[in-house]
Amino acid sequence: MSEPVKVAIIGSGPAGLSAASRAGQLGLSHVLLEKTDHLSDTIFKYQKGKRVLATPERLDLRSDCRFAEGAREYILGNWDEDAANNKVHVAYHADVVEVTGAKGAFAIKTGKGDVFHAENIVLAIGTQGNPNRMRCEGADLPHIIYQVDDPEDFKDRHITVVGSGDAGIENALGVAEEALENTVTILNRSKDFARAKAKNVSDMMEAGENGLMSIRTETQPKKVETGWLTLETPDGDERIPCDVIVARLGSVAPRGFVESMGIEFTGPDREAFPKLSPTFESTVPGIFVIGALAGYPLIKHCMNQGYDVVEFINGNTGLTPADEKDLAAIFAGLPQKKSVSEWLEYLRTRVSIFADVSPLQMREFMLDSKVVFYRKGEVVFEKGEPGSSLFAIADGFAEVEVSPDFTVPIEQGSIFGEVGLISGRKRGATIRAGADGIFVEVSRTAALKLMASVPGAKRAINRISLERQLLQIFKGGLTVEDLGPVVDTAEVERVPAGKVVLTEGEQGDDVYVIRSGSMVVEKDIGGKPIFLRYLPAGSFFGEMGVLSGQPRNATVKAAVGSEVIKLTGESFRKMLAARPQVREATEAAVAERAQMNSFIESRKATYSSAVDLYSDTASFIMKEGLGEATDALLIDENLCVGCDNCEKACADSHEGLSRLDREAGKTFAHLHVPTSCRHCEHPHCMADCPPNVIHRGPDGEVFMEPGCIGCGNCMRNCPYGVIRMEAAPPQKPSLLRWLLTGFGPGPGEPSPKWTKKQLGDKKPKKIAVKCDMCKGISGGPACVRACPTGAAIRVSPEEFLSIARLDEDTD
Amino acid sequence: MASLFQRRRNKATQVERVRERRHEGFLRYAGFRWAKISGGLCLLVIISYALIDVTPRHNGGSWYGYTLGTIGAALILWLTALGYRKRKMTSDHWSLKAWTSAHVYLGLGLIVVGTWHTGFQLGWNVHTLAWALMMLVILSGLYGVIVYATLPQALSNNREQMTQMQMLEAIRAFDRQLHTAAQPLTPEDTAPVLAALDEDPFAGGVVARLSGRYPDCATAAALRTLTLSRSSDSEAREKVVGLLRQKEAALARLRQHLRIRGLLEIWLYVHVPLTFALIAALSAHIISVFFYW
Ligand SMILES: Cc1cc2nc3c(=O)[nH]c(=O)nc-3n(C[C@H](O)[C@H](O)[C@H](O)COP(=O)(O)OP(=O)(O)OC[C@H]3O[C@@H](n4cnc5c(N)ncnc54)[C@H](O)[C@@H]3O)c2cc1C
Ligand code: HEM
Ligand code: SF4
Ligand code: SF4
Ligand code: SF4
Repeated sequence: MSEPVKVAIIGSGPAGLSAASRAGQLGLSHVLLEKTDHLSDTIFKYQKGKRVLATPERLDLRSDCRFAEGAREYILGNWDEDAANNKVHVAYHADVVEVTGAKGAFAIKTGKGDVFHAENIVLAIGTQGNPNRMRCEGADLPHIIYQVDDPEDFKDRHITVVGSGDAGIENALGVAEEALENTVTILNRSKDFARAKAKNVSDMMEAGENGLMSIRTETQPKKVETGWLTLETPDGDERIPCDVIVARLGSVAPRGFVESMGIEFTGPDREAFPKLSPTFESTVPGIFVIGALAGYPLIKHCMNQGYDVVEFINGNTGLTPADEKDLAAIFAGLPQKKSVSEWLEYLRTRVSIFADVSPLQMREFMLDSKVVFYRKGEVVFEKGEPGSSLFAIADGFAEVEVSPDFTVPIEQGSIFGEVGLISGRKRGATIRAGADGIFVEVSRTAALKLMASVPGAKRAINRISLERQLLQIFKGGLTVEDLGPVVDTAEVERVPAGKVVLTEGEQGDDVYVIRSGSMVVEKDIGGKPIFLRYLPAGSFFGEMGVLSGQPRNATVKAAVGSEVIKLTGESFRKMLAARPQVREATEAAVAERAQMNSFIESRKATYSSAVDLYSDTASFIMKEGLGEATDALLIDENLCVGCDNCEKACADSHEGLSRLDREAGKTFAHLHVPTSCRHCEHPHCMADCPPNVIHRGPDGEVFMEPGCIGCGNCMRNCPYGVIRMEAAPPQKPSLLRWLLTGFGPGPGEPSPKWTKKQLGDKKPKKIAVKCDMCKGISGGPACVRACPTGAAIRVSPEEFLSIARLDEDTD
Repeated sequence: MASLFQRRRNKATQVERVRERRHEGFLRYAGFRWAKISGGLCLLVIISYALIDVTPRHNGGSWYGYTLGTIGAALILWLTALGYRKRKMTSDHWSLKAWTSAHVYLGLGLIVVGTWHTGFQLGWNVHTLAWALMMLVILSGLYGVIVYATLPQALSNNREQMTQMQMLEAIRAFDRQLHTAAQPLTPEDTAPVLAALDEDPFAGGVVARLSGRYPDCATAAALRTLTLSRSSDSEAREKVVGLLRQKEAALARLRQHLRIRGLLEIWLYVHVPLTFALIAALSAHIISVFFYW
């Protein structure tokens, strides 16, 4: 039992430490509870020598602890000093397991059984969670580790990796590196590796075939002893030598723990965060949430919030947030003059999707948004432009150009641009300002966050987007009112890649609209599925059933992970009955598709092998993820002489690093898909980038702006393994000098050996490197320009299928 | 975040980027544009040669000969520039495919331009040396075009989605397994296996690489010895023989890969040095013409 304190801070990461430091400086009674034996465990666990970056640069640091870009060791060293100088009371080994009581008298229990009492709690436990521990006999022995900092720490050892998710496989591959001479075994409880990315699984299988590691499925650890591990295998127990066990059994996200205190989250999704007031107070009075857990993963944000939250608890309500000047800059260009909070309120009350957004969230969304004043007639975006941001009309109205002389207005308070946001496709129509007015452009990331954290906004956006999508598909004088019943009964379904939505021969009359992703249509001809068609997002299928009442005449399955909207046959039929023109238009579309089907069927009889090849190539293309690509590099191996000039050109057009691996990747019928970015419709790499530097550019390219902190999330999230973490090599001597004197490494990416020699002891920062489609290079993609034979081509989805025919274009 | 919105600002200034999207090889580039141009040029030369009456007879020293000579020399310098263009990644738009296409057809056109330039007066002198070198460069180039057109498919078929690194890695993996599997063998059986382990997959020299024949292959030798041998425990020996077979197949794939790559590259080691010899001879030819004619 200890003295009650004014504030207990749980978690000593940058957020918690900064909060405790402020409390120390203010002389507030406090305690900083940390479950490990050191401060800031997340950063402690970064790789040795990692450079920690201080983004966003424009944001000022407001904290009693120092922080600027530097090596991990340097930053942690500073913080240890700062904690001492600020008179922070730290309790180590204090793993908080339970919080009870209410504001003014909380009781905080730790794993060891200690209880701390506090009036207020600041929760700053980050999002890392707790790794799941091994549970078999001997699971507490010290040679069981839960992460690998640096594979090079292990040489000539017997290592067993338990757990075969991505983390386990990556660790196993790391320590199985041949030069390290380890004997590596990886255990998997089940038969297959369903939880890991295909790329990782194939790398692992390959390492297995090459004898670099042994892969044991349906096997689990039974007993751990020093130097030995007993395995439970399908053929009985087996004892193998084992010096180190790497356990990667996943981790429990902290959400459950947080909810157990009574704190509510904004929604059920993974992206949801605790509901917070402008002073970071959660739905439980007296408990404040800051840092990564509150949705702010950058260290600088964390530290500023630590400072602010203690000031708030100490009664300083007049504190202006540190981002005030950034927000002011966002509103600076507008004709009216208002204070930041007036502007926020103005937008909140005038735009329907912002209605339920809290003032704190509003500040954050605005930082990721832009507020622009448009004159009447000015173009907001043009048809065919890539773009995935969402626009909201705060003042004035917008005009959608349906055809050159026909426009449709969108009223104040509503939104537009939602198609790009949801499907990742290019803008479907040109939009102009209908009157002088103010539009808010919300970035895709912010819009997705908004949808995840404000259920009302999500519903509104989904409904509007479905209505508009249907209006666009089924033209012919439909109105929003006609769609009412259809939209009311519509359901959104997620379809994983490869899953069948409609099966040929089955009865059914539901109609589907593809919201995101894409589908392939196949028909069984002579016992073999023949590829008929590729359906991109925004198309519909299943309509033949409604019109004819006959069984499905083809199978439709997802080419990539997709979302479809299911419209019930009944409501659809009613709509058709009400609007005969729509029926006509739909019937015309059906007739066209039916004609195409019978054409392929008839060709099949005469040119069976040609159709087979076309069909197989098309399926190969889909399997390689090109169904979600917007622009991919393909290599026609009928033409490729293997000179690797594409790679060299790529390296020389960028900072000396190639963003493509020509030889790697799959090939089918001489069509090769090299390892290189496909510029996905919904880039997986964007999902979790702490400084949010991955964007889609004006030519559709997915690129990283400067500011990458090298965390590697994007590399892990990309299913196609196209992102490298690499430091730019030093400047090479000029090409002429190389040609004339042979001095230097020549064109292309210099060998690691040369780079190492140039650098000496310097270790530059490794950041994410990927294809940016030669952004900003007026000549266009260098890989294609530099191919001497024309083997390298860049294609977009519309062109994949003509490529599948594999002929060279002829005029 | 800022860059997300740059689109609007850049709109006016954004350079229209050129996208190379057509799927066509260098030979049929732009509907055989350069074949037509070069063919036209040759035709023009041949016809004008017949029509224009130069006294006393056609030779390199007439005004007509000078014209063809200048065109020829310029073409040679331009053809040489391909080596620079290929490696200099400037950011403006150009297509190496277009360059190669033009290079091939204009290079072939040089046969006519160069030969007609001589007025068919060949002899044992520096002038004819330049002509002969030119013809050799062109011949090697012709070989290059033929292999470029025929071998890529074979290269692709042979590698079956494997990279060269993976092929090497596969061989090393068999070596590791052989090392363990060979332990129970008798010394006389072990010796050839060890020799196979020591074998460098890259050894063998240019001839072996281009022919794909490796008569001294230690793996093949070990396989021969062990299939005939009766000395070790038969189970252990069979295991080693099996591994040796697999290694041999992996080696064959790698060697075939190296062979095709070699054939696709070797001619450049003739084409490029001869180009430099040609330029030297050409310079000597031009200097001698102006100073000693
Ligand atoms: C590899 C990697 C690289 C990164 N690089 C950068 C970078 O360069 N720049 C940048 O700005 N950001 C970077 N980030 C993000 C940044 O590190 C985190 O977002 C930040 O550390 C979050 O701070 P926090 O204080 O909210 O939580 P954390 O730093 O996660 O700290 C939480 C602390 O709470 C403790 N804790 C957890 N649960 C309990 C409990 N129940 N009881 C007691 N204590 C508990 C933990 O041990 C830990 O010490 C990176 C992240 C990763 C993974
Ligand atoms: C006198 C005439 C010629 C000269 C001086 C010449 C010179 C060159 C040079 C310097 C290169 C660059 C090689 C490199 O850097 O990799 C080259 C490449 C090449 N040449 Fe020629 N060449 C000539 C004629 C021809 C002809 C007639 C052909 C074909 C019929 C031809 C086909 C090629 C090909 C296919 C390449 C390879 C292109 C590549 O892979 O990038 N050349 N030539
Ligand atoms: S990096 Fe990967 S996930 Fe991101 S766009 Fe490229 S291929 Fe898609
Ligand atoms: S490594 Fe990738 S996810 Fe991490 S900061 Fe850099 S770009 Fe973003
Ligand atoms: S488009 Fe540019 S960045 Fe992308 S692979 Fe080609 S050369 Fe590299």
